[in-house]
Amino acid sequence: MDNVSISVKVNGRQYEREVEPRKLLSDFLRHDLGLTGTHVGCEHGICGACTILLDGKSVRSCLTFAVVTNGAEIKTIEGHAANGKMSPLQEAFWENHGLQCGYCTPGMLATAQELLDANPNPTVGEVREALSGNLCRCTGYQTIVDSILAAAETIRGEG
Amino acid sequence: MVLKAHIPESRQTTKPHSDMKWVGNSMKRVEDPRLLQGKGIYIDDISLPGMAHVAVLRSPHAHARIIKIDKSKAEALSGVILVVTGAEALEQVGALPTWSSPPVPQHVIAADRVRHVGEAVVAVLAESRYIAEDACDLVEVEYDPLPVVVDMEEAIHSKGDAVLHPERGDTNVALARAYQFGPVDEDFAKADLVIEKKFRWPRSGGQPLETVGAVAEYHGATDKFTVHANTSMYNYCGWMIAQTLGVEGHKLNIKPVLAGGSFGSKMFVHKVPIMAAMLARMAGCPVKFIEDRVDNTTSCDNHGSDRVYYAKLALKNDGTLLSLKTKIIDDYGAYLQFGVGQHGNALSQCIGPYQINSVEVDLTAVLTNKCQQGAYRGFGSEVANFVVERLVDAAADKLGRDRLDIRKQNFIQPDQFPYLIPTGNMYDSGNYQAVLEKALNKIDIDDWRKKKVEMRKQGKYIGIGVATCQERSVFSSTEFWMWNLEEGVEWSSSPDSVSIKIDPTGKAMVTLNSPFWGNSPETVATQVLAEQLSLDPKDIEVCYADTDQGLDSVGPGGSRFTVMITGAVVGAATKLREKMFKIAGHLMEASVNDLELVDGAVQVKGVPDKRMTIAEISDQAHYYRLSLPADLDLTSGLDATYIYDHPVTTFPDKDGKHMGIFYPIMGHSCHVVAVEVDIETGKVDVLKFVAVHDCGTIVNPKTLDGHIRGGIVNGIGSTFLEQFSYDENGQPQNVLLTDYLHPSIMESPVDMEVDHVETPSPFTEYGVKGGGEGGRMGSPPALVSAIEDALSEFDISIDFLPITPMRLRELIRN
Repeated sequence: MDNVSISVKVNGRQYEREVEPRKLLSDFLRHDLGLTGTHVGCEHGICGACTILLDGKSVRSCLTFAVVTNGAEIKTIEGHAANGKMSPLQEAFWENHGLQCGYCTPGMLATAQELLDANPNPTVGEVREALSGNLCRCTGYQTIVDSILAAAETIRGEG
Repeated sequence: MVLKAHIPESRQTTKPHSDMKWVGNSMKRVEDPRLLQGKGIYIDDISLPGMAHVAVLRSPHAHARIIKIDKSKAEALSGVILVVTGAEALEQVGALPTWSSPPVPQHVIAADRVRHVGEAVVAVLAESRYIAEDACDLVEVEYDPLPVVVDMEEAIHSKGDAVLHPERGDTNVALARAYQFGPVDEDFAKADLVIEKKFRWPRSGGQPLETVGAVAEYHGATDKFTVHANTSMYNYCGWMIAQTLGVEGHKLNIKPVLAGGSFGSKMFVHKVPIMAAMLARMAGCPVKFIEDRVDNTTSCDNHGSDRVYYAKLALKNDGTLLSLKTKIIDDYGAYLQFGVGQHGNALSQCIGPYQINSVEVDLTAVLTNKCQQGAYRGFGSEVANFVVERLVDAAADKLGRDRLDIRKQNFIQPDQFPYLIPTGNMYDSGNYQAVLEKALNKIDIDDWRKKKVEMRKQGKYIGIGVATCQERSVFSSTEFWMWNLEEGVEWSSSPDSVSIKIDPTGKAMVTLNSPFWGNSPETVATQVLAEQLSLDPKDIEVCYADTDQGLDSVGPGGSRFTVMITGAVVGAATKLREKMFKIAGHLMEASVNDLELVDGAVQVKGVPDKRMTIAEISDQAHYYRLSLPADLDLTSGLDATYIYDHPVTTFPDKDGKHMGIFYPIMGHSCHVVAVEVDIETGKVDVLKFVAVHDCGTIVNPKTLDGHIRGGIVNGIGSTFLEQFSYDENGQPQNVLLTDYLHPSIMESPVDMEVDHVETPSPFTEYGVKGGGEGGRMGSPPALVSAIEDALSEFDISIDFLPITPMRLRELIRN
């Protein structure tokens, strides 16, 4: 099948590329754009490591074809820090030991960012519910919850 | 019997002390900023110009002869570079590395026979992974199915075509060994009571989110490979991979990358790098091979222990434990890469924290048509801990004793250390009473016991479980060889090393010789060096050596890393300090004995104005040779290398009477758990989880807690969810994460507390002990003990895992 032209904005930068219709968004981001911060864990939508924000919504990039993102805006882990300064979420993950191997982290940050954008004052239960589709094999999850609650405080100006 | 007189003298040079600034500090990890910004380089992030991609066609049969392979259609597909069968691979590379003796031969691609579903049959190299996968679908393979062996007890009796490796004899028993350590028969004769039980521990696996991968290049002009891989042990035995590739050790450079989790599974990754390197040489271009999840679950070589135990615990009516007999069958799958090392490991701590006088172990390791075993957090010790804790619970129940009291009664006492256990291993230090008391206080056990009664009146089933666990750390290789039937390699070294240089401006660069695999190697090295040289952690950088540059290092695994790297950094820093003192002493006209290192400067004791900063000394060391004495220790520069050998090991007895001291840096933990069981659905909620660990002196409480919490949740997976299941035809039933269930956040306890007791090791620098595995080893028996307590009126006994809701309901209804 012929390649398809797409135009997509990733982390604020506009990209025009020709892609194979079957190319996965995860492969497009990683291989075509060189944004290797998005990780591929299971390639069948369970682990959540590849989660990115597509027009502000969390999406499994391993279950999404790159062609369907034509005209969309994407944020990956590389887009959280601004001018070399980490976001409140990233800072909170660092402070609270919310990561060990770092492989699930891109997906955790995307999911947590979506949650805090919608709800800057979540309960523990709401954080757990939001993260229920992201696996972490290292931390046991408590410190990830702590990180997100701490980031929420900072964002609300209480931290 | 090993005698206390045989315990080697401690080589500890630095004891923990009260004014440590960085050791014991919950410093934020230095690894994190790049990981949090997507800048960490993992194996799939390596990309080389002209790189081709591998996909592997895997066997759909559990056991079959390969009759014919037609690869013509695959080869004809545009973009395909190579299609390689097992027979063709045999012309390129030798058998895969193994430690079992006699070996169980294994090849990177199955040559004439497949022995489990998922074994590689054909490798395709193509311009993209997409095309390589397309081509796999075009390969036609004709198989002649053979009898399939999946039941480990039946495997003992296999004959003829059902035998996986007929060249080793007409049997699927890979190895059978029996040992008695101490007066087992006498102790059983003294017993008033023998608790006898059968246990079943299921096959699960580390299953990190990142699979195994490699990117290989072959440089024809120099006949040399460069292989990037997320493996470990490359600076210990990377040459074994070179041997399979048919080149000398110095013709293979293995370059480490960050690993996205291991839990043992990336201990010595060899199949994937060998596949990539072989194809790179054949095709003349760089080659990337990244396992997908199905590759990993079906053929990863890291499934964990899969055991049946027939266990007997002898004791007196007063509760005194005497002796332990275990007859074990372990289903190793189709090959035997680490021999039966998982059983030696278990015998390092098989009596738990109790004064059990003698031990018998009778092991039958069988081969079946499943993926082979490797390493998973605990490496077999988690199973032995489950067995001993379950037996002690059963003994208490039988005697009508409190499960806590019988433990306290039999604990090894603080004044008995160093304590030699019947197998020959040493427990270096401990205070088991203190750990138990702290755990019980922390959870407020009396309050939970009251709650249990109150909630029962409301129709709810609450239970409290307690389990202890020995947390052996710092594995050595010495005991491995005792199991082998034939004499093979008998290594006794298991070092780790660092190189440190201080640049002319006083900043430090530490080079590690083993990888990051989810632990905190850079943080550990930074904290210990900052402590040793009173440096600011910001002035320390850490990098990783490949095999061309690297020095002897076993690397992480067996809860070694923190102890070994602390030892290596202390050794190197001591050399640096000596040189700095010589230089500063000469330039300040002071005796080195009158100098001390304070706040990043060498100063004359009691004369704080008479000082030189490390930067000033380093500047002199690098650029002013003629200002210094002719002393040959004062060659230009300021750097040091240190190879730290295992702190304390001895050889096993040649006649098999004991295994020597092989795993002696002994941590300990107590897990106390409150659960609620829904008897209608079989669902278990963990209401409260308290874990108190004694890992000696703690280098970084925050990261140690992280290991413990993560390990506990791995243990929750092992207890309730995880099992690689195979049907009677050897077909794996759960190869995707949709079916092989990891604990999600919903299975992780909301209320989990971790605390510590610190009993420093007298053998390691600063008294550090390892703590990488205790969370997973300790949690399963505590959880099932709590479930039994909740369901005491049903009189159930949980002797198998995983205890899924369906299986728990079956127990309740029967």
